[in-house]
Amino acid sequence: MKKHLLNITSNIEIARNIFEMKLTGPGVGSMTTPGQFLHVSVGNQSSKLLRRPLSICDVDLERKEVTLLYRAQGEGTKQLSHKHEGEVVDVLGPLGNGFELAEMDKNKHALLIGGGIGVPPLYYLGKHLKKKGIEVTFILGYQSIEDSFYIEKFKEIGETIVTTVDGSLGIKGFVTDAMMNVVENEPVIYSVGPAIMLKAVEERAVGLRGYLSLEERMGCGIGACFACVCPTETRESGYVKICSDGPVFKMGEVVL
Amino acid sequence: MSRLHVSLPGLNMKNPILPASGCFGFGKEYAKWYDLSVLGGITIKAATLEGRFGNPTPRVAETESGMLNAIGLQNPGVMKILENEVPALEPYNIPILANIAGSTEEEYIEVTRQISSSPQVSAVELNISCPNVKEGGIQFGTHYKSAADLTRKVKAVSKKPVYVKLSPNVSNIVEMAQAVEEAGADGLSMINTLVGMKLDWRTGNPILANKTGGLSGPAIKPVAIRMIYEVSQKISLPIIGMGGVSTAEDVLEMMSAGASAVAVGTANFVNPYVCPEIIEQLPKLLDEIGVENISEMTGRSTKQWRTPLSSR
Ligand SMILES: Cc1cc2nc3c(=O)[nH]c(=O)nc-3n(C[C@H](O)[C@H](O)[C@H](O)COP(=O)(O)O)c2cc1C
Ligand code: FES
Repeated sequence: MKKHLLNITSNIEIARNIFEMKLTGPGVGSMTTPGQFLHVSVGNQSSKLLRRPLSICDVDLERKEVTLLYRAQGEGTKQLSHKHEGEVVDVLGPLGNGFELAEMDKNKHALLIGGGIGVPPLYYLGKHLKKKGIEVTFILGYQSIEDSFYIEKFKEIGETIVTTVDGSLGIKGFVTDAMMNVVENEPVIYSVGPAIMLKAVEERAVGLRGYLSLEERMGCGIGACFACVCPTETRESGYVKICSDGPVFKMGEVVL
Repeated sequence: MSRLHVSLPGLNMKNPILPASGCFGFGKEYAKWYDLSVLGGITIKAATLEGRFGNPTPRVAETESGMLNAIGLQNPGVMKILENEVPALEPYNIPILANIAGSTEEEYIEVTRQISSSPQVSAVELNISCPNVKEGGIQFGTHYKSAADLTRKVKAVSKKPVYVKLSPNVSNIVEMAQAVEEAGADGLSMINTLVGMKLDWRTGNPILANKTGGLSGPAIKPVAIRMIYEVSQKISLPIIGMGGVSTAEDVLEMMSAGASAVAVGTANFVNPYVCPEIIEQLPKLLDEIGVENISEMTGRSTKQWRTPLSSR
């Protein structure tokens, strides 16, 4: 675990309020596991103190470049969106436990389901799975066409099904509305998004193996402050810390 | 002896810096970032008699130059803390200040009895100021009589010095400090968080599941400084100062107000290395103002000389 100062190579709006930021520096070399996150400081002299946990969306190890996607919604992420190429960003990481890949050889098909700003980590994950020879299908859910992003890039990795709440792109409805046909092949599920979506995914994937990545407001990001707990029935303590025990958990491991 | 050395009841510290309770877990997470033996001491997360799960999430919210938290005293219970957490700190050989909490007087007394018996625990910090639990906590810290009663009872069973952690959510902090001094406290910790609230303007709903939370961070530093300044002039107990400290300058300011040691809380989340960085910076600042030993800084604001010591 380390603190890194990374240089911005680009920071652009790719959909409504969704920014793609690319950062470079020697620290990027350690960011090899999909599903981990960086705890990002939004301003150098900002009155916004707390870091933002942002999932790693992609890493180019040769160029030592990491890509983060974020929604500029609150004041802090808006400040981040105003940063320019060449500016320095202070990050901790990579933090947390990423997706389990070793277990994947047995299965030939993976279904990756993401909603909204939960979509980004599935990109790096999809690339890893494809490299292992695993067939990947994505279901990506957005509010509307204006909020959608990265669809062409996902298509380069595998079949990509899109849902929008207003029906302006792909299937009208939620990610779960697109799950039915795909789960028949008994894929391994990987899903990232708000708890309510993960819960719905879990209900439709009964009997399947899968992994869920949780989102929560964080303080320390390293397991010290108990801000990010989630109840579980599988551990004696009765809880897990999303930042340090997760953010990825086995399906059924936590109570959503 | 090192120029950063400070000595308080039960706490023989090689420098005045210790992490504040609840902001550093039981140390093991930050031990992955740096060698904890550089610290002057460590305050561990509040212990209660049984394990507690705490409040629903969201438990934290950001505010201008600060944050709100409503963790709700989540901890594994005093027995597990003594079995698993305290022994893990042994290799660092630093004083341990054990924060304790409870819903009833009996619970505080029993937790104190158990935790103060550990040879590794140097002193007890009586948390009568947690704003995030329904029973106990701050209830004891906002009435002079109940604060004094509890202090007396805890003192009677404690095998280690007792620091009473005061709440800023009172109308007269000096009377509170005097009441616990009279009741036999060995020192004071101040301040705990200020009760606050944040709403989502779109929905009107509170951000925190607990609705209200405790405000910490740089936003509260002026309140802490004022309270330490007032209290230190009226009592003779040593004070562990805290509230918004994030730089070595803040540490010297707080000591000038009357603190003998300084705890760092929220700043650990901003920069995990903040404590060692402050410790490294302190001698340079002392050189700048011509002070040899840091202990001379305590209470400077109320002493006669106002010019820098170097030009005395
Ligand atoms: C997340 C969090 C958890 C805390 N937990 C405790 C606790 O268990 N016991 C306690 O006495 N104070 C607790 N506090 C209060 C701090 O120890 C400290 O008094 C306060 O935050 C002010 O210092 P700061 O501004 O440096 O954070 C907590 C504070 C935070 C932010
Ligand atoms: S954010 Fe502090 S424990 Fe997870």
